[in-house]
Amino acid sequence: MDLTVVVLFLAIVLLTLVITYVAAKQTKSTGDFYTAGGGLTGWQNGLAISGDYLSAASFLGIAGMIALQGFDGFFYSIGFLIAYLVVLFLVAEPLRNLGKYTLADMINSRFDAKKVRGAAALSTITIVLFYMIAQLVGAGALIQLLFDIPYWIAVLIVGVMMTIYVLFGGMIATSWVQITKAVLLMAGMVIISFMVLMKFNFNIGAMFTEVKTATSHGGDYLNPGIKYTDPLGTISLMVALVLGTAGLPHILMRFFTVKDAKTARSSVIIATWTIGIFYILTLFLGFGAAIFVGESEILAANPGGNMAAPLLAKAIGGNILFALISAVAFATILAVVAGLVLSGASAFAHDIYGQIIKKGKITEREQMLAARYAALGVSVVSIILSLGAQYLNVAFLVSLAFCIAASANLPVILYTVYWKRFNTSGAVWGLLSGLISALVLVSISPSVFSPVEGAALFVGNPIFPLDNPALVSVPIGFIGGYLGTVLSKENDLKRYAEVAVRAHTGYKKAE
Amino acid sequence: MAQKEFISNEEKQSVDFERIQNSSDFKAFLSKKRKFLVPMTIFFMVFYFLLPILTSYTSFLNSPAIGDISWVWIFAFSQFVMVWVLSSIYVKKAASFDKEAEQIVENHLN
Repeated sequence: MDLTVVVLFLAIVLLTLVITYVAAKQTKSTGDFYTAGGGLTGWQNGLAISGDYLSAASFLGIAGMIALQGFDGFFYSIGFLIAYLVVLFLVAEPLRNLGKYTLADMINSRFDAKKVRGAAALSTITIVLFYMIAQLVGAGALIQLLFDIPYWIAVLIVGVMMTIYVLFGGMIATSWVQITKAVLLMAGMVIISFMVLMKFNFNIGAMFTEVKTATSHGGDYLNPGIKYTDPLGTISLMVALVLGTAGLPHILMRFFTVKDAKTARSSVIIATWTIGIFYILTLFLGFGAAIFVGESEILAANPGGNMAAPLLAKAIGGNILFALISAVAFATILAVVAGLVLSGASAFAHDIYGQIIKKGKITEREQMLAARYAALGVSVVSIILSLGAQYLNVAFLVSLAFCIAASANLPVILYTVYWKRFNTSGAVWGLLSGLISALVLVSISPSVFSPVEGAALFVGNPIFPLDNPALVSVPIGFIGGYLGTVLSKENDLKRYAEVAVRAHTGYKKAE
Repeated sequence: MAQKEFISNEEKQSVDFERIQNSSDFKAFLSKKRKFLVPMTIFFMVFYFLLPILTSYTSFLNSPAIGDISWVWIFAFSQFVMVWVLSSIYVKKAASFDKEAEQIVENHLN
């Protein structure tokens, strides 16, 4: 590890600690802790959404996939972006108008049923845990590569940092860590892309021509079909990407940090611009890495291609740019896991403890304490699980998280806002059928069972053919919610009237 | 402040949401919203899924469009353009929805 890397690494740690210190002084109420008191502006929240969303998997993973598999890597960029249209058109504003801290709050604005809240909290916690383990294991491996320190120390560093942010600074610290990271990440992307383009005199066509001969795939590199050869598998992945985002708890939680639906809307717009530009730039990173680093060197550093972006930085910008990009990758990881801890903690402390066990009869002081204990608990459990998962292939966990979000959360969110007849049992059925079908189908899929040793978690033949079962499990979630509703009699039209009026007008109270 | 969102019991009883829901201005507002959101959503979903469907079942997108840049890339880039165009349209439209929503709140709730 050379000196520049160490200095930049420490600078980021220090900067985030200062942010946390300032935020901790401002965190006085539970509202501050979970949602920064709803006081972020559209710009701030838009950047924080980008910071929350653009994980190391996006930054390093997609750049690597494009570098190694050409167009097929770009599928992810497209799916991850279009997802924001779903968020903007269907989810963001009603969610802001109805919810308080969590997804369960929003669904329960219609039901007041413990079992609905419990089911929603269960799906949130499952998603958070899987996503978190995937992030932490990835982070450990990555930091090991970037900074040359052992895996367990790397996981501990990230784990302790995320715990500090959330425990002391709550959502205010988490938001500002995410905003800082989004700015750093965008700056890093723009610098590398600019340098890559400069090599081609800003002629994008020339870059396409060059890349055709740069890899072992030849001209096929520019055509789809190198990685995704199974049509249904490809479409299923695209379903999970586009619908999953709108159900991810840590993304949904970001909409409670602004004061009203209007601000929620403007933050989605900022996010679609930054995230869109980011994903366009992944192309330059991917192609740049394929041309200036080369396939064999990328593969030698990491078979998954995760080192493509940092290696490209080294190849075109030397050690300083490499250090900068490594530091950005580190900041990226920190911002994402902090957001995850917070949404997991809110499901435990607010939904399960505060609302279900204590039935909402809980003092401000107790709420705050519960939130902090839950944050600590979520952190410790995920650190321990991640330490144990070092040698496991956990790539499927991210697709599982997206799949559960798309199959369990999204159908119920849509039904809650838009379907008059929807009721308590429909909500429970929808959440559980989506959650269970996603879990079961992934556990018998090729991403868990592979005949090739090391290619998946277990050795064996998969029963279910699709890596990502969204194509099947999303309809199951919708059908579950539908059947649960029509097969039971209860129906509170009066309550729906209130939800419909509040969701669409933003009415809160007579002022 | 987040605390304000809790609606007290008295308030819940005093506001007749069903009357608002059944009022002609709220109904007109909802159907206007629906007429905008539903076709737009169907459009971007179809446009989006067309990409993997076409790349999986056909290969005509692989033919060159501009130099070595083939149609599949043009289609992929157009997805980005679509996101930005649709979100701009949405914001414009939503501003007019905001006004109407305010009017409804004004008429019935204050």
